Amino acid sequence: MRDSQITVNGQLRDCGGAGPHTRLLDWLRTQGLTGAKEGCAEGECGACAVLLARPDGADRSRWTSINACLPPALAFDGQEIVTAEGLGTAPGPCAEEALHPVQREMADRGGAQCGYCTPGFICSMAAEYYRPERNAAGSGAAQTGTAVAGEEHATDHESGPNGFDLHALSGNLCRCTGYRPIRDAAYALGSPDGSDPLLVRQGGPAPAARPTQKTVDGARFIRPSGMEELFALLEQNPEAKLVAGATDLGVEVNLRHTRPPLTLAIDRLEPLRVLDVGSDRISIGAALSLTEIDRGLAGRVPLLSQLFPQFASPLIRNTASLGGNLATGSPIGDSAPALLALDASVVLASAGGEREVPLAEYFIGYRQSVKKPGELLREVWIPLPLAENTAFYKIAKRRFDDISSVAVAFAMQLDGGTVSSIRIGVGGVAATPIRATGTEQALAGQPWTAETAEAAAAVMSAEGTPIDDLRASARYRSAMLGQAMLKFYAETASAVEVAR
Amino acid sequence: MKSLADRPVNPVVGVTVPHESAALHVTGTALYTDDLIVGRQNVLHAWPVQAPHAHAVVTSLRTEPALQVPGVVRVLSGADVPGVNDAGTKHDEPLFPTEVMYYGHAVCWVLGETPEAARLGAEAVDVSYDPLPSLLTLTEAIEAECFQGLQPTLSRGDADAALEGAVHRFTGEIEYGGQEHFYLETHASFAYVDEGGQIFVHSSTQHPSETQEIVAHVLGRHNHDVTVQCLRMGGGFGGKEMQPHGFGAVAALGAVLTGRPVRLRLNRTQDITMTGKRHPFHARWEAGFDQDGRIQALKATLTSDGGWSLDLSEPVLTRALCHVDNSYWIPNVHVDGRIAKTNKTSQTAFRGFGGPQGMFLIEEILGRAAPLLGLEPGELRQRNLYVPGQTTPYGQPVRHAERLHAIWQTLLERSDVVRRREDIDAFNARHPHNRRALAITPVKFGISFNLTAFNQAGALVHVYKDGSILINHGGTEMGQGLHTKMRQVAATALGVPLDFIRLAPTRTDKVPNTSATAASSGADLNGGAIKDACEQISARLAEVAARKMNIHPDDVRFANGKVTGIGFHDRDIAFADLANDAYFQRIPLWAAGYYRTSGLHWDSARMQGEPFKYFAYGAAVSEVEVDGFTGAYRQLRTDIVHDVGDSLSPLIDLGQIEGGFVQGAGWLTLEELRWDESDGEHRGRLATQSASTYKLPSFSEMPEEFNVHLFEQATESGVVYGSKAVGEPPLMLAFSVREALRQAVAAFGAGDRPVELASPATPEAVFWAIQAARETTSKAYDGGARVGDESSPSSVSTAAG
Repeated sequence: MRDSQITVNGQLRDCGGAGPHTRLLDWLRTQGLTGAKEGCAEGECGACAVLLARPDGADRSRWTSINACLPPALAFDGQEIVTAEGLGTAPGPCAEEALHPVQREMADRGGAQCGYCTPGFICSMAAEYYRPERNAAGSGAAQTGTAVAGEEHATDHESGPNGFDLHALSGNLCRCTGYRPIRDAAYALGSPDGSDPLLVRQGGPAPAARPTQKTVDGARFIRPSGMEELFALLEQNPEAKLVAGATDLGVEVNLRHTRPPLTLAIDRLEPLRVLDVGSDRISIGAALSLTEIDRGLAGRVPLLSQLFPQFASPLIRNTASLGGNLATGSPIGDSAPALLALDASVVLASAGGEREVPLAEYFIGYRQSVKKPGELLREVWIPLPLAENTAFYKIAKRRFDDISSVAVAFAMQLDGGTVSSIRIGVGGVAATPIRATGTEQALAGQPWTAETAEAAAAVMSAEGTPIDDLRASARYRSAMLGQAMLKFYAETASAVEVAR
Repeated sequence: MKSLADRPVNPVVGVTVPHESAALHVTGTALYTDDLIVGRQNVLHAWPVQAPHAHAVVTSLRTEPALQVPGVVRVLSGADVPGVNDAGTKHDEPLFPTEVMYYGHAVCWVLGETPEAARLGAEAVDVSYDPLPSLLTLTEAIEAECFQGLQPTLSRGDADAALEGAVHRFTGEIEYGGQEHFYLETHASFAYVDEGGQIFVHSSTQHPSETQEIVAHVLGRHNHDVTVQCLRMGGGFGGKEMQPHGFGAVAALGAVLTGRPVRLRLNRTQDITMTGKRHPFHARWEAGFDQDGRIQALKATLTSDGGWSLDLSEPVLTRALCHVDNSYWIPNVHVDGRIAKTNKTSQTAFRGFGGPQGMFLIEEILGRAAPLLGLEPGELRQRNLYVPGQTTPYGQPVRHAERLHAIWQTLLERSDVVRRREDIDAFNARHPHNRRALAITPVKFGISFNLTAFNQAGALVHVYKDGSILINHGGTEMGQGLHTKMRQVAATALGVPLDFIRLAPTRTDKVPNTSATAASSGADLNGGAIKDACEQISARLAEVAARKMNIHPDDVRFANGKVTGIGFHDRDIAFADLANDAYFQRIPLWAAGYYRTSGLHWDSARMQGEPFKYFAYGAAVSEVEVDGFTGAYRQLRTDIVHDVGDSLSPLIDLGQIEGGFVQGAGWLTLEELRWDESDGEHRGRLATQSASTYKLPSFSEMPEEFNVHLFEQATESGVVYGSKAVGEPPLMLAFSVREALRQAVAAFGAGDRPVELASPATPEAVFWAIQAARETTSKAYDGGARVGDESSPSSVSTAAG
């Protein structure tokens, strides 16, 4: 069988030495590319970030920043990767004049102190530098390598005058600078020159996925060629680990040293990458990345638009899938509360057929679901029309890139000032994500007033069975449920006020 | 003799230049210790066997099962140590312990052909333990009176009598948390044996000489048998001052015993569970004020949590006591210090080195007392600032105290505080669920190692015949820009452009017996040594030039790579030509430089003396907005005016100020170490042992508007080119964030009651403080503080605890 190959910084490299559990990061480092670093090995710090050419429609590609510490190198068979070493025309020592604009701004403005996190920042920043929407909006005023006073861009503390979205860097941690110079470097960037090779590359399609099979010491990595092969493999190996971005499995492999005997990569199977807005429902393929979903929905589901920026970091969202988040079944996964509020259901598929399961019936215990061995979470369905009033509240220590202590999603329909329907999804207060059914019942048919909200908040504080842990106390979690209700009221009441 | 502080015309110091490795950093080509193994053959990988007990005796250790694992080459244990089984300087840190002192303590190390083989080998090592009772929390240790090391007392005047006579008197008690360094680069060592039996250790260490000494004594060899090099570190922050030694020793021992290169790199979980952190502190205090809010007396007991071994706990405690005054005149002081011994990681140096924990106390007192004294907290602080002529409680004159007032005024003006207070009041009136507040706090931080002997440094400067210059010094680069500053110092001292100067990695065979790059002193000490070396060379070159130009050597001038005579306008010699001439005249073109800080003395028994060369000053105003529903907050704006003397390198200093501030804010608001304090089987286990559970500041914690101004006309006489140290002092500017949060919380209530705020002030802690503020407001509170009144003592640990 042919060996796997990955194009790194324009050079085709043999990936033969990598086993099923060799992470992309470690493989890159054995290639002498030590710019990407391991800072945490769990996708939190971004020191390992690299750029990957991902599809942007059928004809174009887009440089997408990902954490190299989580996915196996074999997942990139046939793919194209750029590291910090590969940016600029002649990178390396004594080549200051040849620095890439992103590198130049970071170097000149003091964006690097110890430099350890810097290559990762460079890659995250470069992904945003090349983001087509940023450049489309900012064109006209754009000049390579100089500050742009693009009037098209709203500037606030999270986006620059050049359209740079600061959230693009929220998955990268720096312990030295305090971030200000990094932000200034990002906001000083112009738009890429038309002849910029990485910009030009975005004009062509991403490399096709390549079926891959590799066995080392009894452990197998397989990227099946299609659904038929996938279902056959699943039937024979019901315990196989399915991965899209491997953002969860990667943590298991790195921190808990699990070594699954069979890993099946499904992220490029087209039947799992559907995004369809129909008349009575939205269908979302399980293997789409959260970033692709966010872009594809283009704000059509406000609750999800509110959720996505708070979900981990772009480095994670760029590969993590909705299917993976639900299949993992973590009680603190952020997507489940929102999808519960949206009354979503999931489609479970196997060689034997398909079934639709309401998400509210999907979770049955701590990291357990009704999904049977051999079954695959194929799609998520969100029924239409959507409720008019929605909100997502994530209670965490940090506003960016954190894990919820409590997550609460509301979807409410008012009819003449009365609650005609409400669904509340909650994470972090039980062994599974739950619906706050007691609170929903208390609210149904009630006038949407401060008194109602306060009474509902009292009910809501008693939902679930929260525990004390390192993120928060049980008492705080309970309090936050009630507070989320009060906050939801305060925000919707003022919205109603404005509407009048 | 030129003064240390004087700058020549057009100096290279003071010019804004990027970090000397910036181009390498941004292209991913800067190498760190663990990058050096790429391409090396035969490298072995080390993996620790970590004990799953907070306290236990190792009753048996069977390594045979590990040796059965494919790829395992050797297991290192205490029996293998040819020298002393000790990884510290206090002789209380066995490298291979027979008594486990904390959960995660490494009892032996496995060497494997791959990291995976070493890990599986470590899993296979069969260790039996006999568990012992353990002490985990400060409260437990204080109750058990389990202390270690010195118990110093800082005293001036008569605190008891002054408290008796004070118009207002308050007491309190608070416990405040530690901090994980979370340098992005975890601990790493790479050791091999040279031909001739010389042991070479690459180590991510702030203290190469001490790493060398520990490696040598573990191996039973002389210091000259061991060379330690630190190319650069991916962050240090004090965490690599004492902690790297044992890891270097394990790698070196493995290299000696196997004859193969050994790489030891901790993963994040190993690093965070095995290495020391900032000391948590407990404080019990009583303070007295006069009718105008002037502090009359402070009486306190500060207890630090030293963890399992002494490490640097004594000097950390000393510095804490020497900073309880922060920037304030306190006529009567009595503070007792103690170090608790607990079954946790050995707490160690962390940027500020006890200074932040000492200052925490007085800022806590002022923040809580202000509403009871009826004073705006900023006004209360300003009233108590030192004035010229006053001395610290340990007897050191507060030189340049007038700078505190000048900084304060400059800051108030630059940050537009008066108008913004009005804006804040208006905002708060309009928003029922959110509160904004701003707070201003000062910093005065003593510069020099408390221990006088450490205040020395060496350097080695070579001028080659072509005029190119190679400098070496004893300081290490951890991102703070020391090497950048040292190149600027050398270029200034030799009168050449910056690109004449190349800096070679820090190595113990170039400059011996160095001090740790710590205590913010790296630039002061090593800069002094480099300047000395350069001036020796330039004095010799001046003689060569003088002969050539027929003038007196004193009249020779070096500038911008040219050598000329005073007043000359048409004649000069290229520096390179002069170097070449000197060589042919057999004039030595290299020099060893040396510097010792003069005028220091410290009596640790009496806790009196002048341990510091000078004080670094600064002040910050921070504005926050707090969400009343959740306790979550945003840092809207921070303004800083900070005194770096005459900056050696403005971009570097700016980076230190901003980075220090954000790191301090992380300590005070976000970063939370949680241990399993239950009596269950994982008692003593660190629960926050990864990036997903231990949260350091991200972009969302940076002040949305961040203005830093370097205090002007600030020449510090007696320091290299008039500069001041900058590494640590700005961290403590972050008290402005904590105090702003306190004031925002108060604004949810009537604002006339003291706010008790746990530390770190996480959103949860802030939420509970808001709830308390709302409650005390809804209950009728009778009366303010009068003579003899005492606010209720508070016992605050982490609210979530």
